[in-house]
Amino acid sequence: MNFPLRESAYTPGILLGIGLMAAVDEIIFHQLLAWHHFYDGATPVIGLLSDGILHAAELLALVGGFFLLLEQRHLKSGIPVKTWAGFFLGAGGFQLFDGLINHKLLKLHQIRYGVDLLPYDIAWNATAAALLLIGIFLLRKARRGD
Amino acid sequence: MTNPAIPVALCALPLLVYATAAIHQVRIGRHWSAWRSGSFSCGILLVLFALYPTHAHHSEYAFTAHMNQHLLIGMLAPTFLVMGAPVSLVLRTVPQALGKWCVRMLHSRPLRIWCHPLTAFAFNFGGMFILYLTPLYRLSLDNPVLHHFIHLHFLLAGYLFAWGLVGPDPGPVRLQFRTRLGILLLAMACHGIFSKLMYIHLFPFDTPHSAEDIRTGAQRMYYGGDMAEVLLAILLFYQQRHHTRRRPVRAPLRS
Repeated sequence: MNFPLRESAYTPGILLGIGLMAAVDEIIFHQLLAWHHFYDGATPVIGLLSDGILHAAELLALVGGFFLLLEQRHLKSGIPVKTWAGFFLGAGGFQLFDGLINHKLLKLHQIRYGVDLLPYDIAWNATAAALLLIGIFLLRKARRGD
Repeated sequence: MTNPAIPVALCALPLLVYATAAIHQVRIGRHWSAWRSGSFSCGILLVLFALYPTHAHHSEYAFTAHMNQHLLIGMLAPTFLVMGAPVSLVLRTVPQALGKWCVRMLHSRPLRIWCHPLTAFAFNFGGMFILYLTPLYRLSLDNPVLHHFIHLHFLLAGYLFAWGLVGPDPGPVRLQFRTRLGILLLAMACHGIFSKLMYIHLFPFDTPHSAEDIRTGAQRMYYGGDMAEVLLAILLFYQQRHHTRRRPVRAPLRS
C-alpha cells in the first residue's frame, strides 16, 4: 500500500468525516432546502473557484476514505475507536471551518438569505462544536486504549 | 446521422475486432478476462446510445441533448473502453514483430507527450473552451462533419485521459499515484467550475437554444461529470489498493 497519509489509524475516519459533512451540506442545504443554491447570485468568482476545488476534494476524500476503511476492516473486525474519533473530528472540523472561515471570514455565502442569521450561525457552529467534542472524547478513549 | 445504420456500423466494427481477438486468445488457450470484454462492450454501447438519432436530436432541449452526448462520449464511454484493455489485446494478438514495433512506438517521445494525462487534460479543457467560448459550437450546429469531428475529439481526449489515470494497458507514461490523484482533482474542479460559469453566463452565445435549455445542460454537465469522475476515482483507488495496475509490459510472446 502506498496511500498518502496511510500511517495514521485516524486518517480514514477524518477523510470520511470531512467528505460526509461537505456532502451533507451540499445535499441538504443546497439541494433539498435550497437555502443557498447551485449558484446564489451573490457568490463571487473566487467563491466559485474555491467551491469547485472543495467539491472535487470532498468527492475524492469520500472515495479514498472508504477504501482506507476497507483496508482497516481487513485487519480487525469492526470499526476501531480511532476511526470513529477521526470521523467526528473531521466532520466537526469541517463544519467549524465552513461556519467560521467560509461564512464569516471569507463571506463566500451565508447559510440562508433574507432572515436573521444569528440563530442559524449559532446552530451551525454549535453543531460543529458538539461533533468536535464527541471526537475529542473518543480520541481520549482511543489513546487510553493504546 | 439521421440513419441509425451509420452509428450501428461505426460501433459494430471495433466491437467485432475486439471480440475476434478475444475469442482467438481463448482458443489458443490464453486467458482473456470476461470483465475486460464486458467493459469494452459497455463502452461501445454507450457511444452507440449517445449517437443514436433519437437521443442525439431533441428540438426543445437541443443543448441538453448535446451535453448528454458530450458526457457519454467524452467521459463515461472512454473509461469503460480503457478498462477493456484493447491495447493489451492487440499486442497479444498481432504477430510478435509487429507487437514489438507497437511497444517501441508507444514509448516514442511524441507518444509519451501525447499520452500524458496532462496533455489529455489540456485537449479536453482546451477543446471545451474553444467549443463553448468561440463561434465553433454555433458552426457545428449547421455542419455535420464538424459536429462529428468534435465528438471524435472528445472521445479520443477522454480515452487518453482515462488511459493515463487508470488504464490497465501498458502506456508510455507511468505516473505516481499522488500525481494521478492530483490531476484528477484538477480535472474535477475545472469541470465543476466551467459548468457553473456556463450556468451563469449562458454560453455558448448566439445559439438558437433557450436560456433554460443551457441551464439544464450546464447542470447536467455538473452532476453527470461528477458521476464519471467519481467512477475514475473509484478505479484509481481500487487499483492502488490491489497493485493490479501497470504490470511490466509483456511483449506479445506467442508460444
